[in-house]
Amino acid sequence: MSRLFANTLALAGLIWRRDRIQIPIWVVSIAFWSAVLAAMLPSLYPPGPEREIIAQTFANPALISMLGPGYGLDNYHMGAIMAHQMLLFTAVIVAVMNIILILRHTRRDEEQGRIEVVRSLPVGRLANAASAVLVLVLTNLILGAAVAVPLALLGLEGMDWQGSLLYGAVLAATGIFFAAATLFFAQLTETSRTASAYAFAFLGLSFLLRAIGDISSEPLSVISPLGLVLRAQVYVNNYWWPVVLVLVAAGAPILVAFRLNTTRDLEAGIIPAKPGRRYASRLLQSPLGLVLRLEKTVVTCWAVGMFVMGASYGSIFGDVETFAQTSDLYKQILPSVEGFSLTDQFLAMLLAILSMIAAVPALQIILRLRGEERANRVEHLLAGAVSRNHLMAAFLVVAVAAAAVMQALSVVGLWLAAAAVVSDPFPLRETLAAALVYVPLIWILIGLAAALIGYFPQHTNLVWIYLGASLFTTYFGSLLRLPEWTKKLTPWGHIPSIPLEEVSAGTVFLSAITAAILMVIGFTGYSKRDIIR
Amino acid sequence: MAILKVNDVTKKFGSVTALDGISLEVRQGEIYGFIGPNGAGKTTTIRILLGIIKANSGSAQIFGMDAWRDAVEIHKRIAYVPGEVSLWPNLTGGEVIDLFVKLRGGHNKPRRDELIERFDLDPTKKCGTYSKGNRQKVALIAAFAADADLYILDEPTSGLDPLMELVFQECVREAKAAGKSVLLSSHILSEVEKLCDRVSIIRRGRIIESGSLDELRHLTRTKVRVQTAKPIPNLNDIPGVHDVEEFPGGFTFQVDSPRLGEVIRYISSCEITALESTPPTLEELFIHHYQREG
Repeated sequence: MSRLFANTLALAGLIWRRDRIQIPIWVVSIAFWSAVLAAMLPSLYPPGPEREIIAQTFANPALISMLGPGYGLDNYHMGAIMAHQMLLFTAVIVAVMNIILILRHTRRDEEQGRIEVVRSLPVGRLANAASAVLVLVLTNLILGAAVAVPLALLGLEGMDWQGSLLYGAVLAATGIFFAAATLFFAQLTETSRTASAYAFAFLGLSFLLRAIGDISSEPLSVISPLGLVLRAQVYVNNYWWPVVLVLVAAGAPILVAFRLNTTRDLEAGIIPAKPGRRYASRLLQSPLGLVLRLEKTVVTCWAVGMFVMGASYGSIFGDVETFAQTSDLYKQILPSVEGFSLTDQFLAMLLAILSMIAAVPALQIILRLRGEERANRVEHLLAGAVSRNHLMAAFLVVAVAAAAVMQALSVVGLWLAAAAVVSDPFPLRETLAAALVYVPLIWILIGLAAALIGYFPQHTNLVWIYLGASLFTTYFGSLLRLPEWTKKLTPWGHIPSIPLEEVSAGTVFLSAITAAILMVIGFTGYSKRDIIR
Repeated sequence: MAILKVNDVTKKFGSVTALDGISLEVRQGEIYGFIGPNGAGKTTTIRILLGIIKANSGSAQIFGMDAWRDAVEIHKRIAYVPGEVSLWPNLTGGEVIDLFVKLRGGHNKPRRDELIERFDLDPTKKCGTYSKGNRQKVALIAAFAADADLYILDEPTSGLDPLMELVFQECVREAKAAGKSVLLSSHILSEVEKLCDRVSIIRRGRIIESGSLDELRHLTRTKVRVQTAKPIPNLNDIPGVHDVEEFPGGFTFQVDSPRLGEVIRYISSCEITALESTPPTLEELFIHHYQREG
């Protein structure tokens, strides 16, 4: 038994050494933003009757689907606000961190042949997997403490030590659970790409299950790890059992993963690879064909995912409508937008957010151009009779088309599900048209990615930060009462919220032109520079 | 006629000078060897020739066209095999070969299938499962299946087994017989010696020697083993003679190749009974150049 784990500590040391920048950046930025946002809360929500009324309106299904159930709305102190508005979002980010880090040290190292070198040394068969788990458990515990201590020290109303520690513990437990689940997915597939698709699909599913469950069925939420941890009711009732339960549950995927890891061959997956084609298909004859062939699986998975996500949100509309009709309070304080219902406002928000999610696969496609370069494969194409412009155009075409298709699919899913639960559904044609207004915004991000590839190939990841910022200002802009200019920094801040406001053809045209200009910049830079690693 | 011409090319990466005034010329129908240790600048030169990176100064031309500006036009007529072949893990070898051939604009299915047979490759396997040698075979098959005028091969055999290396040498000779030109970068010197008409030796970004193998040999020392009836006096003092060692009945020593005639005339007066002279192997030549410059 101990032989299976020989030298685990040494390998854990290696992981610390390799990630000595990356892990602290994750931990410090999550802790820093949590503290900053908490510190902002008192000025956003001054005590008084107004705060209680706002709290009541937060109990609407639309917000619950996005933020989780609101606990302590009857006494909406700073702690309750923090846990209600930030905890789920932060937990998702912690889960993303764990998925990325676990894959980096397990399947990707294995895929790249680094584990082979390690395993030729006197190292146990499970040492690598165990060292990754060990490091991430520690990282999550440190992260939990790094978040909890500043929150408690702020000493805000309702944010005591016990609640703050639980807040940190919820994050740590969520992280450990997703690290464990990812370790399991890493055993199944031969490539880290597929493993990461499984892990992120699992995260998305947990989120959706929670969203639907929080509105209509408590047991459904408790099945989802994200739903379960929110039952800790941090700062309100401070239950520790969900944290314990999630940690215990994390043991199962770890044990299964260890078992699979000891029995399978190195570099093999549990899901076997089939023999492939002897000849290239008709499609695979050009750079465009290659892009389509390479992105086939990713695009298909995202297409299904976007449809399901749209449908999940659509299924909530019935509850949103009922709430709006029965809540007198709501009618009193939110007649702010004349002639539009809560349903309309929720729809406007959803369309914007769905378009940002649709941007993810589109950006993945265009950034693959850089990925291929980094992997030293672009030279095969450029050594053939293919120009730089031709190559970049192939990736751009697929990305631009994917953006539109993804957005359209999510809206069709949304409409189909909403039509099934709402008595008087919004018209499909108009909804679809409204949704497609956001597509040129995705194109702007694609253009930005192209421009980065052209001129700053080492910094293409900046486009992800920009997308993250867009999502943050849209999602939390009103809740955190961020100043209006912060929204204007992102393309999404410049588009009217349909159907609440009129869209001018000019805005849409302008976005498309901006995107085109950025793409031209990308072409210019890419055809002038060296191909580098 | 020069197919490929590199003239005084310099390439800097930041403050590091990778190439410092490189010149090369490959003529039609010849196999040109490009040798040098790791990091000397072979791959950088080839990447400039492919228009993948841009020279800071100097000119690189293939078929009389500029390697950077006319890359696409040039690439229709060349085939390239990198030393480290990275392929898409989820495509099969067969798919990748077809894609490469198609990107170059040709299509010769019987030739492709014949090469797959000769190189003994299973084209239905995913590239992710191939060994280094098999990935190299994919690139070689795709290259030789193309009807190119110039083959640029960057250490193409480093992962091949000896049998496959023979197949590779056959393919290169066939290409030459068909009037094609080959630029073969390598540090497997026996391979270069067998195949190449002319060679250039590169060291730290400079070409330190160029010419046919015979010309290069002329610049170095020949090993001589001689037995004579009478003892040879003052052998050590003769200009051009080095590393003299005595054995019962004779000497071994090295002679600067241009002085070989004089030295033989001198020792022939001592009644030679046996004489062997061995020209330097490329390996000795190579090491000689490196140590001299070291």
